[in-house]
Amino acid sequence: MFNRKYKEKSIESVLFSISALTVVILFLICIFLFRDGFLLFKATSLLDFLTGKFWYPTSVNRQFGLLPLFFGSLLVTAGAILFAVPLGIASAIYISEIAHPKVADFLKPFIEVLAGIPSVVFGFFGLVVLVPFVRTAFNLPTGQTALTGSIMLGIMALPTIITISEDAISSVPSALKQGSLALGATRWQTIYRVIVPAALSGISAAIMLGMGRAIGETMTVMMVTGNTAIIPSFPGGLFDPVRTMTATIALEMGEVPQGSAHFHALFAVGSVLFIITLLINLIADSIKKRYRFKVD
Amino acid sequence: MAKNLKTYAVLTIMVLGLVFMGIGCTGTQNSEGSSPVNETSSVGTTAAETTAAEAQGIFLKGSDTVLPLAQAEAEDFMTAYPEKSVTVTGGGSGVGIAALIDGEVDIATASREMKAEEIEAAKAKGIDPVEHSIAIDGISVIVNPDNTVSELTFDQLRGIYNGSISNWKDVGGKDESIVVLSRDTSSGTYEYFKEDVLLGDEYRKDALIQPATGGIVSEVTQNPSAIGYIGVAYLDESVKALNLDAGNGSEAPSPENIISGKYPLSRPLYFYTNGEPSGLTKEFLDYVMSEKGQSIVSEVGYFPMNK
Repeated sequence: MFNRKYKEKSIESVLFSISALTVVILFLICIFLFRDGFLLFKATSLLDFLTGKFWYPTSVNRQFGLLPLFFGSLLVTAGAILFAVPLGIASAIYISEIAHPKVADFLKPFIEVLAGIPSVVFGFFGLVVLVPFVRTAFNLPTGQTALTGSIMLGIMALPTIITISEDAISSVPSALKQGSLALGATRWQTIYRVIVPAALSGISAAIMLGMGRAIGETMTVMMVTGNTAIIPSFPGGLFDPVRTMTATIALEMGEVPQGSAHFHALFAVGSVLFIITLLINLIADSIKKRYRFKVD
Repeated sequence: MAKNLKTYAVLTIMVLGLVFMGIGCTGTQNSEGSSPVNETSSVGTTAAETTAAEAQGIFLKGSDTVLPLAQAEAEDFMTAYPEKSVTVTGGGSGVGIAALIDGEVDIATASREMKAEEIEAAKAKGIDPVEHSIAIDGISVIVNPDNTVSELTFDQLRGIYNGSISNWKDVGGKDESIVVLSRDTSSGTYEYFKEDVLLGDEYRKDALIQPATGGIVSEVTQNPSAIGYIGVAYLDESVKALNLDAGNGSEAPSPENIISGKYPLSRPLYFYTNGEPSGLTKEFLDYVMSEKGQSIVSEVGYFPMNK
């Protein structure tokens, strides 16, 4: 009896240590990221970094302006959300409410496979198929645009959005649904007047998490967006090449001399990215909590 | 309760351990010379000062362009002399030269010459960089095969890349805007092109930056108004290489023209050593310059030095 209790306790403490370790690792990553990023402000002021319109890291008059990269990331992510949200929610509704259970069981593994494809494969597909298509379809000088990146990111964010929305929609108490049908509402009316509003906070959380996935993606974006560091307009900028924060770090980390201002600038960009992703996740989490409360 | 205390004790120790690990890493990053590199460099200095029999390992660092070549040479060298070791890493020409200046490596590999300020910095630290050209690399400017333009002068090329020329009709082509492709800043070719073609001008702001040579080839293949630059080793049927005129007539990027230096965008690839090489460094360098070594150069896709 005692032995069993002892075993249980030790398993418990091992698991606790492991999860505590995650927190510690995250904490250390924060320290390293912020410390190296902070050293940039010996070379430029924080204000210049946050409001600078030009990114010339290797020029004689080097400038580390975050704005083109920040708006590049924002535009591509916004485009991805515009593309993925309607599609994702529609798929989620279809799978959980409309599709025959057999069809749903058939569709789900495909969505999971979509989530498992490495992003370099998406990037290659984008480069070879989507880039020339966008160029000819919109008669642009080049197909490497924010739009191309948005579509690719949208596809990549879809699995997240679909699975979490589907979860939310399926958790809507069936009493609500039956009540609506009993009142004489059609199936479609029930879906868009009762089920979707009831699952809305879960769906919002799905959107936020999809957004988090989109803003942090690097490889695909770097391959298809052209990486031109100019502040894009909205929505016209969708048809121009843009550069995101993640792509900048990946592109320039290669030859940057360690300890130089450029090196610290990349860490500063990374810090900004980290803060943004953290905020998005916190928001998604709080929305999700509210939704859980509601269902109970 | 006692169990809980134990758990907390274990946790505290783990956290403390991690924090110390973190501090250790911090110190390493600050001093910029991590201990393994210093060990290698001490081997390196021994190599320079004593006989080859004592030093069995050398360390190379630098250009990503030279990397595949240096790696092939090192592998071949180590197959021939299994007891000797040559370690090669990339990072970029600038990184390699910085490492040489700090005394961390035996050979810095570079796809460009050392800059004056780099030589100064080396001298200030008591390092005497000696240049060795080991192979020749050509850079070709490519366009879509449908493009009617087939040659450019250096001024035109410069205009296209710095933004003063933005329509193909200004250089004798169709009335189409030019889509300019460039590599990213971590590429030595980016730097070389900036110095030799742009003469220090900035690349035009709206140039499309491609993370790899493959990206440039792919976009040029698909896009009739694109222009890009790649190493000649990457040339194939899907793109058209332009003839270039630097003032001495238009030259094609053919192997003969690149080796003879007639083609203007050919450049030597370099090894830099601290002082005249000796010991294993010299052995390796001699191996690279030997007939066998130079045949590897051709295999990798570059051109052997003409002697």
